[in-house]
Amino acid sequence: MTIKVEHELHDRRRGRNRGMGLILVVLVGIVFGLTVVKVLQLGDIQQFETFDHVARPQLELQTEGTE
Amino acid sequence: MSDMSLSQIEHEAGMGDYFALMKPRVMSLVVFTALVGLLVAPVPVHPFIGFVAILCIAVGAGASGALNMWWDADIDAKMKRTASRPIPDGRVAPGEALGIGLALSGFAVMLLLLATNLLAAGLLAFTIFFYAVVYSMWLKRSTAQNIVIGGAAGAFPPMIGWAVATGGVSVESVLMFALIFMWTPPHFWALALFVKSDYGRAGIPMLTETKGRRSTRNHILAYTLLLVPVAVGIGFTSIGGPVYLTVAVLMNAWFLKGAYDIWTRSDADSEADKHAVEIKVFKISLYYLFAHFGALLVDAGLRAGGIL
Repeated sequence: MTIKVEHELHDRRRGRNRGMGLILVVLVGIVFGLTVVKVLQLGDIQQFETFDHVARPQLELQTEGTE
Repeated sequence: MSDMSLSQIEHEAGMGDYFALMKPRVMSLVVFTALVGLLVAPVPVHPFIGFVAILCIAVGAGASGALNMWWDADIDAKMKRTASRPIPDGRVAPGEALGIGLALSGFAVMLLLLATNLLAAGLLAFTIFFYAVVYSMWLKRSTAQNIVIGGAAGAFPPMIGWAVATGGVSVESVLMFALIFMWTPPHFWALALFVKSDYGRAGIPMLTETKGRRSTRNHILAYTLLLVPVAVGIGFTSIGGPVYLTVAVLMNAWFLKGAYDIWTRSDADSEADKHAVEIKVFKISLYYLFAHFGALLVDAGLRAGGIL
């Protein structure tokens, strides 16, 4: 009795795995792309350094400097 | 035992079967109208964000299609037109369709929220809910007005596109919604008049079945009359222009003539020429929608190019 190694099902599974892999790669690309675009759209890069619920010495210095 | 396990795994779906769950042809219309809504808005959108937004809207529409196929698998199996869909055909298990529909809905809405704004994401979530729950689960099997209210689900995409760009709702986006909303019933009922339907066998209360074909003809004319002021009215808002107004007047005259012809015919006339007029009006309705949104795009292009 021979064991049939390749079955049509294996092709379908391979297709599914590749499709899923491709979708995940595209998702990573989208999130990365969005990050780049959003950061570049900030204009003033110091907006990154806004209040984030913890004490941030650099912010204190900034407000002091402007007063 | 080996035989049984083989016959079970024989049903495993391929990638194409999952794709078919998402109703690709409906998706193409959604992509087109959402893109127009996004591009005619007065606020420019970064191309990459625009691309991601349209992708999210398309995936959201596909997800609601999968949820619809999951819920309607029993009636799809009874109708010739839908019997070859992935679930009744046995290519995809119902649970898989439900899982895919829910997962993709979540992903599409979350990603749209991250990429754009809360209003756009909220509208997309509402659209999916409306199509899957309000239309598929509730209205489709219970009222002959199912097409009218279900049409709202198809009418949201340009509004979402507009919200992606502006973060708001305005007269223009509501009118684009109204255009598709009012267009859907005559479009669908023209189809229902010439397609030998088996909605009756599946127990779906289509207007042709519940109120009869004569009443359907009246309804087509009435809804087309209501559609005309909406379609022409868009021409006088900020997104309208000479191209749109010209196209709108011509297309509405053509569509209205078609609806009038359907109205004056009897079923005997219709049978005699194998529904030639009904088929023609159905085709006109497809050009109608494409021409209106295409013209909006042309006017937006002319404005962007400084010609208008």
